Amino acid sequence: MRVLAAMSGGVDSSVAAALLADQGHQVVGATMKLWGGPSDSGCCSVSDVDDARRVCHQLGIDHHVFNFSEDFERHVVGPYVDAHRTGLTPNPCIECNRHIKFDRFLDRALQLGFDAVATGHHARVEARPDGAAALVRGRDGAKDQSYVLSMLGQAQLRRLLLPVGEMTKAEVRAEATRRGLRTAAKPDSQDVCFITASAGRTAFLGDRIELHPGLLVEAATGATAGTVEAIELVTVGQRRGIGAGPDGRRHYALSVDPGAGRVTVGPLEELMTDVVEVGPWTWTAGPVAPDTPASAQLSAQFSAPLSAQLSAHGRPLAARLESEGRRVRLAQPTRRVAAGQTVALYAGDEVLGSAVAV
Amino acid sequence: MVAYLDHAATTPMRPEARRATLAFMSEAGFGNPSGAHSVARAARRAVEDAREVVAAALGAEPSQLVFTAGGTESDNMAVAGRSSRGPILCSGVEHDAVLESVRAAGGTTLRVSRDGQLDLDDLKAALGAEVPPSLVSVMTANNETGVVQPLDRIIGIVRRKAPSALVHTDAVQAVNWVDPASATAGADLVSISAHKFGGPQGVGALVVRNPAGLDVTVHGGGQEAGRRSGTHNVAGIAGLAAALAVVQEEREALVKRVADLRDRLADGLLTSIPGAVETGRREDKVAGICHLCIPGVESEALIFLLDQAGVCASAGSACASGATQVSHVLRAMGVPEELARGALRLSLGWTTTDGDVDAALEAVPAAVARLRSAP
Repeated sequence: MRVLAAMSGGVDSSVAAALLADQGHQVVGATMKLWGGPSDSGCCSVSDVDDARRVCHQLGIDHHVFNFSEDFERHVVGPYVDAHRTGLTPNPCIECNRHIKFDRFLDRALQLGFDAVATGHHARVEARPDGAAALVRGRDGAKDQSYVLSMLGQAQLRRLLLPVGEMTKAEVRAEATRRGLRTAAKPDSQDVCFITASAGRTAFLGDRIELHPGLLVEAATGATAGTVEAIELVTVGQRRGIGAGPDGRRHYALSVDPGAGRVTVGPLEELMTDVVEVGPWTWTAGPVAPDTPASAQLSAQFSAPLSAQLSAHGRPLAARLESEGRRVRLAQPTRRVAAGQTVALYAGDEVLGSAVAV
Repeated sequence: MVAYLDHAATTPMRPEARRATLAFMSEAGFGNPSGAHSVARAARRAVEDAREVVAAALGAEPSQLVFTAGGTESDNMAVAGRSSRGPILCSGVEHDAVLESVRAAGGTTLRVSRDGQLDLDDLKAALGAEVPPSLVSVMTANNETGVVQPLDRIIGIVRRKAPSALVHTDAVQAVNWVDPASATAGADLVSISAHKFGGPQGVGALVVRNPAGLDVTVHGGGQEAGRRSGTHNVAGIAGLAAALAVVQEEREALVKRVADLRDRLADGLLTSIPGAVETGRREDKVAGICHLCIPGVESEALIFLLDQAGVCASAGSACASGATQVSHVLRAMGVPEELARGALRLSLGWTTTDGDVDAALEAVPAAVARLRSAP
């Protein structure tokens, strides 16, 4: 096959490209230039492009750079900023996967005559008995990244190769070391690539939107419990800067309403919930008509129990769907999910789909 | 077989230049020209021989020529060497080597017309400012579009309106195609780069007509009469001079031959690609550049497919990572974004053949058709 390997300059995508070349595929490496501003490492500094290019030199494959920075601004950074303005907590990595890596990049690959794209994500694509391509957790449970791919559908999964999904992270690093790849010991990328650790989210958002002070209001009594400097920076579930109740117990942000300038706060038990309301689902294999997944249907269809994962590094929580799929009911209460975050639905290790919490 | 149509990025070395370069990468030719012995003297002689050849070609005195590490260093020296003496102006279509230097010095960019030539009214207005500029930098020919600037008229206006200002011209892309001595005759500072005309990479020169007018920005051992310290790149300097000597001799024939090839290429592509638009007026452009904007395609994808088809082309502008970006030159010319995204520069040179043009005439329309039909 002709494969276009997305190479971030990290160890996982380096090894992914190497394995595919070994398997006899015609591999071309490509690095997406997404962000021109300051970055700790992320995926798009010049040094990361250089690393990807050097790995391609070592592997004897061509390397290209695709400048998708305008698309990244339009589909990832802009919406990230807008979401904060309206009190949502977005997941820009998922939006990047949705709009850039598995839309813009995949389209480009197909346009250029490639049969498939490859990335270094720790997840697996497997053929299901019904012929559909299933998205499955990576073998290294601690490094599994299926959550951030949970918005993919058949159109993407059928053209996606994830060669390191069968390996543990330690095996990936060992393989990179064995091949003498310069990325072998490179640290894993952390957090949002366009926000630096030094300046942080506050400075980033402060440069792009006006930040407003907000009132902290106790959920139980409606009493004012304090203020925050920038309501746009408060996330549901946040404890820092929220203070404590009259009884001295720690308070958490329960909901954020920038329009009204109010953050509702309360103790931990008020943060706990067994319900997540979500928007429409995208299904990996689409066996259930969109937006009408009766939970009974889903449970009967999959031999494995259903679970929901509420964050990139969260544990799977036993779950079922209610209200035409617009509500996820968890078997155990957990901390409230901020609106804007992604909920991924699994049957066992297989991703069924994803939806955004509202 | 690769059809190399990226001569504006770098052109293959002339055999004469290669021989001259290698002579100073040999067992005998290794001296540091600053030494006081026979080995050093041989190297020094090569540098001074080269200086005479290059100065003559550029219409300058040997004492007015400073060898540098290339066009970018020459441009930086010209701009930074004037920045203490007042505001700096440059056209909005300059190469980044000038543009970024002018930005770093807090200077101002001037508008250009839709054809890519400096807006003379904007120049006059800027020259009339309360504090006169110390430097006006306008390139001889543009590296993306090939458009030649009306340098004589620009210099005339500067002399009348701001007599204390110096004029710098980046002639890096011009040397193959116009006689540099006459084209840059009125300029105070002139940048050239060897690898654009068949010399080696990493060596260039700056003409400084009046050394007292330029602050020294590279300090050290005092080479080049104290204006550019650092051990000479003897091999490179010898290669630069040898290449320039050949170009001087062959320019007339080269321009005629390459202009015919370029016209056939540009006309063929304009005919076979619906919607394609040539950038700038043909009669304003150097012979070696065919620049088109092709709606409905993205330069990056087009150049990828051309690469696969064995045609080396360029979008004309790239950032440090190697990614293609929408060109500031096209933006300054007011080319609509939709067209600028599909920019394609095919640049020809002394090795270009009919076969190269045929290859491009086949590959470019095919690639465009493919990209336009993709889902």
